[in-house]
Amino acid sequence: MKLYLHYLSIHLRSQMQYKTSFFLTVLGQFVGSFTFLLSILFLMDRFHTIKGFTTAQVLLCFGTVLMAFSIAECFFRGFDSFAGTISQGQFDRILLRPRSEVLLTLCSKAELSRIGRFAQAALVFAYAIPNSGVDWTWDKILTLAFMVLSGVALFSGLFVIYAAICFFTTEGLEFMNIFTDGGREFGSYPIAVYGERVLKIFTYVVPLALVQYYPFLYLVGQAEAWWYALTPLAAWIFLLPCALLWKVGLRHYKSTGS
Amino acid sequence: MCYNKIPFAPLTGERPGAKSSDQTAGGYRLCFRFQSCRNPKHVRCFRAVYVYLYGTDFVLSETKRGYFLFMIEMHHISKTFRVARRNAGMREAVKALFRREYTEIRALNDVSFTIGDGEMVGYIGPNGAGKSSTIKVMSGILHPDMDEGTCVIDDRIPWKQRKEHVRNIGVVFGQRSQLWWDVPVLDSYELIRDIYQIDTTVYKRNLDELTECLHLSEILRTPVRQLSLGQRMRCEIGASLLHDPRILFLDEPTIGLDAVSKIAVRDFIRRRNREHGTTVILTTHDMQDIEALTERILLIGKGRILLDGSLQELKSRHSGVRKITVSHSGGETAAELAEQLPEGIVCTENQPGQSSFAVDTTRLGVSEAIGILSGKLEITDLSVAGATAEELVVSLYEEFAI
Repeated sequence: MKLYLHYLSIHLRSQMQYKTSFFLTVLGQFVGSFTFLLSILFLMDRFHTIKGFTTAQVLLCFGTVLMAFSIAECFFRGFDSFAGTISQGQFDRILLRPRSEVLLTLCSKAELSRIGRFAQAALVFAYAIPNSGVDWTWDKILTLAFMVLSGVALFSGLFVIYAAICFFTTEGLEFMNIFTDGGREFGSYPIAVYGERVLKIFTYVVPLALVQYYPFLYLVGQAEAWWYALTPLAAWIFLLPCALLWKVGLRHYKSTGS
Repeated sequence: MCYNKIPFAPLTGERPGAKSSDQTAGGYRLCFRFQSCRNPKHVRCFRAVYVYLYGTDFVLSETKRGYFLFMIEMHHISKTFRVARRNAGMREAVKALFRREYTEIRALNDVSFTIGDGEMVGYIGPNGAGKSSTIKVMSGILHPDMDEGTCVIDDRIPWKQRKEHVRNIGVVFGQRSQLWWDVPVLDSYELIRDIYQIDTTVYKRNLDELTECLHLSEILRTPVRQLSLGQRMRCEIGASLLHDPRILFLDEPTIGLDAVSKIAVRDFIRRRNREHGTTVILTTHDMQDIEALTERILLIGKGRILLDGSLQELKSRHSGVRKITVSHSGGETAAELAEQLPEGIVCTENQPGQSSFAVDTTRLGVSEAIGILSGKLEITDLSVAGATAEELVVSLYEEFAI
């Protein structure tokens, strides 16, 4: 953990070398995801409710996923850009260090400019939490926090899978973005609005619905059963096959060039 | 097999690193060395006695504290890569999406050698011969093929005990940096200290020593991107030695450096080896590096070890050849001369006003050769030189057809 903080401070110092670039990226991130927010607002302005959810409730959903995604992207960026790490031979250097490969890959990059997205997610929360009509008792607050944390775990797991595939292909596979960026966009609305089939995919294949939709039902009071609040656990279980795939990939690793 | 079972005369103390006996036994060349080390930190090196069995199948695996026979033992290591092949062109590219043809490339083919504690070895070979692959196997980055080979480095198997192993080695890739581009060198060093969990006092001591030897004090506070290549390379080498590794792998450490920086790097490596007893494995294309640093060279070509011996030995093999370079007036005459030279002298280069000749001294004396040349040319300047390491290697590459 101490090592990770040290890395983080180095990354911060490096990125501060290019202040203008840093702030423009932060701004860009903010504006970029702002368009999603706007599209939700316009849509909700016309239809008022979607599948019985109010604007604030949809925004709560959006905020949860956006926040989880921005945290995951900020800290797990090393896995997201792993294709570059491998093809430029930097993974060799990681293997030459007496620490775990996962830790060092995690450390290898931190995209602090993602704070732009994070800030937006926080703003959305600031609006949505008081207006969503949820009776904020302790269990609901904990559920929301658990949802965000599990969302981070889920997206990190996806990044790890993405990275593990790079061991075999050396190049990143863009189709993985269906699940990462796609997951973020799908996650803007409660997943059930996309219909039964999409809901199933995001329940059984990638457990995004278990993080975002089912506990959300519990939050807004559409589902009474307490175990709906615990479904985000699936995201943590999802990490197991991700870790396994990573191990398999690592064994398969062949380094590039000289 | 244990070192004291080899029937051999006891060793006498000699100059550090000197050979004390050299004999042939049972078809193998046995070469005993006595190595001492001045740095009291490395007491283990003091009494180390090495037995080298060049080109043997023997596994001398018995090691005792203080008697490390080998630092590195590689036996029958092979590494095969599966490489997807396709012809150029769009059609082929689309075809390759569905069905790929793989070719197996043997990057390493039955590679065996042993390197003793405190030895400096030059590892040479043309591009793509397998040098980097060997370094990668030895540093635990690559798994070799799993059939029969063994690789033991300081009692560990690199790819199985990776973390313990890499604590013990330092690796410098001349073409890749391990320093953070945008922050001062010192920041990178401190991060490395945390990665290796180096004790603060040890870190301080090593840093002071390295700063002094590599003349880093001026540049430690500069961001890496503002350093010259020579300064950066010194910092890279420093970074790989902060954790006191016993083995140092240098992959083309002098690539792209100017003469002054090259000499600084070489001097440092030599000093490190002498004072700390660090085992150094050096790959390079610069023969001056080899000449300045190593006694022993390993030649690899097409994944096989082709030659394992001392540079001196190689030189003596080619010592019969002298190169005579002559400046003369009258440009055309040399071309005619080339055809009427006697046995043992060959014209290797022929330009107006300047020509070079290779003289085989076993057949023709140097003075005779000069006599012949001066009789036929109006000589204005003349120089005689033995074969350079550069030429040796070219002739080696030709000899082994790699």
